[in-house]
Amino acid sequence: MQRAWAIVERDLRRFRRSPMLIWMSLFMPLLQLIVLGYAFGGNVKHLKLGLVDQDGGVPAVKLHELANAVAANAQTFTTISYADRGQAIQALRNGKVNGVLTIPPGFSRRTLAGDDPRVALIEDNTDNFVSATLAGTFGGLLSAYNAPPPSTRRLSSQVTLETVELYPYVPYIQYLLPGTIVMSIFMMVMIGGGIIFIDDKARGLHEGYLVTPVTRFELIVGFNLSGALKAMLSGVVLMTVGAIIAGIPNPLEPLRMLRLLVVVAITAMALVSFMFLIMVRMEDPLLPRALFGVINTLLWFPSGAVYPQQAFPGWMRAIAIVDPFTYAVHAFKALFLKNTGFAAISFDLMYLAVFGVLTMAAATLLFRRTLS
Amino acid sequence: MTRIAIDVRAITKRFGTFTAVDHISFAVPDGEIFGLLGPNGAGKSTLIRMMTTLLLPTEGTAVIGGHDVVQDPDGVRHAIGVIPQAMTSDLELSAEENLLIFAKLYGVPRERRKPLIAELLAAVELSQWADAPVKNLSGGMRRRVEIARGLVHEPTILFLDEPTTGLDPVSRTAVWEMLRRIKRERDLTVLLTTHYMDEADKLCDRIAIVDHGKLMALDSPMKLKANTPGENTLEVSFDDTPPDWRERLAALPAVERVEGEAPVFRIMSDRGPETTMALMAASAEAGVTIKSLAVESTSLDDVFVHFTGHQLRDALQEQPMSERRGIVRRQ
Repeated sequence: MQRAWAIVERDLRRFRRSPMLIWMSLFMPLLQLIVLGYAFGGNVKHLKLGLVDQDGGVPAVKLHELANAVAANAQTFTTISYADRGQAIQALRNGKVNGVLTIPPGFSRRTLAGDDPRVALIEDNTDNFVSATLAGTFGGLLSAYNAPPPSTRRLSSQVTLETVELYPYVPYIQYLLPGTIVMSIFMMVMIGGGIIFIDDKARGLHEGYLVTPVTRFELIVGFNLSGALKAMLSGVVLMTVGAIIAGIPNPLEPLRMLRLLVVVAITAMALVSFMFLIMVRMEDPLLPRALFGVINTLLWFPSGAVYPQQAFPGWMRAIAIVDPFTYAVHAFKALFLKNTGFAAISFDLMYLAVFGVLTMAAATLLFRRTLS
Repeated sequence: MTRIAIDVRAITKRFGTFTAVDHISFAVPDGEIFGLLGPNGAGKSTLIRMMTTLLLPTEGTAVIGGHDVVQDPDGVRHAIGVIPQAMTSDLELSAEENLLIFAKLYGVPRERRKPLIAELLAAVELSQWADAPVKNLSGGMRRRVEIARGLVHEPTILFLDEPTTGLDPVSRTAVWEMLRRIKRERDLTVLLTTHYMDEADKLCDRIAIVDHGKLMALDSPMKLKANTPGENTLEVSFDDTPPDWRERLAALPAVERVEGEAPVFRIMSDRGPETTMALMAASAEAGVTIKSLAVESTSLDDVFVHFTGHQLRDALQEQPMSERRGIVRRQ
């Protein structure tokens, strides 16, 4: 095994002297975590709502007040009053406001008469997130408007739902952290492992190995171990620095760190084996660069890293079932968000281990000890 | 009795229907510098790759240092040092680190590594550059790192695939001198491929000319040249020549044939000096002025043309004319 270690040593010495590679592969995923985490994780705020009051009665004023309360507190929107409905809709079409609330003439009269009063919310539905936020906010606002005055009865016959949350609130950046760790491991596997492997092959560096007495097994172990160590380094940086940035409670808890390290190691081995299988017969140095983005998209998005898999169509769920990212993301989520033990992630670890062994076995079969 | 270091036996390599190496056989005794000379695509690299276990022969075999490349490739790998055509040292690592990694790959014992590496770096005159990253070294120095790397496990046979390709003339000469010295000091057998005529001529004890995958000739450079017709070539240009001048040139003593058209002729002669004297006399007698005259010895170029029927196809390295020719000019 001394020869396999020589390959690892050579690779790690080179890696240490490539600060740009270290920077790109270790810290870029952190940047991605921050940007994506905050881009998707926040509540929609500071929308502009056009308000057209064609009624002017007391019940309409009450609606104004509720809307102003939202503007002052939750800051979901601020209101801009329009005298004319057409003018308000034109402003909506021009993007000056995000929605228009119209209080029609006779609203107050119908409210007081109990005659099915209505208001209209006109939305720019090209942006689902904005329109869903406005609809949701007004749903709550109208519920408050319709709520009967406090009753003197001590017991209510109405059924109410009380939600009990098992875990502390999970902001989106924390939800995204497991997927980002897996992606950082994969990036290192591809950049620090696969691309370097093919480039070395194209430069003739492998010829240098092949004329030595190093065995086929030692070569494979050397290539994969060096790739896995670099990928682990990347995973460890993300699981510590990333956890602190994402605000995971007690991010450096020793027992969880230990479990995370096990998941990082098994994920790195599984992904390195997978990469080696893809690269083992490849000769063209441009190919892994072209494949990198495609494979990343194919594996990362179906894994549930950014969105729940239950929302995917059937074909995408089928990819998710075989996708090693799925199991790595699930294991990291369990450890970071629920702080579980190994029992909750044993299937994930088993799948990753079996996946790694199978892909490594296939790659070994395809590996050539000679040039052709 | 001289031991055979490299014994190539009817070795053949086919890629599909294309035969890159076609039943080539030769033997290299211990201590010889043996050159495979041929243009790019002649099959030299394929041949050396089979001898160094990088490619499996389709037919035949080679026994290197007593080990069969097909039956015992690992034995061959222990016995040989290989310097591939491409510069394969790690640019980010220092010269010393490159050697250290390969010492480990070859299983050199820990206690032997450090002194051996220092000794090798001294042998290739790179001791003061031991810690410098290879990327900071010149092309010639990088090639010397590779040579030292090929010797890190103290092999008895050294293979070099086009060792001076891409080097400037000064670096090439330095590499030749270093190779000769290392070969002498370490009692090595060296096999190298080249498409440089002068490299084969100056460095090799014997040369095998390879073309289209076949062995066309094999002997020492001197014997190859001696066996090539037309020992000297006179390249001469005249001011004005009479119509039958070509025939009169062909009739000069020791002339084998005359090429070219007036006013420039190439005269192939068995005895250059005698023909030169006769040419001068004939020109003076006919009142023909010689503008320039160059006498060229038979070169490996001529040998190559003689055995293959064509010029070496790819670019030969430029060699100063003054090294090969005695030039006589008349105003």
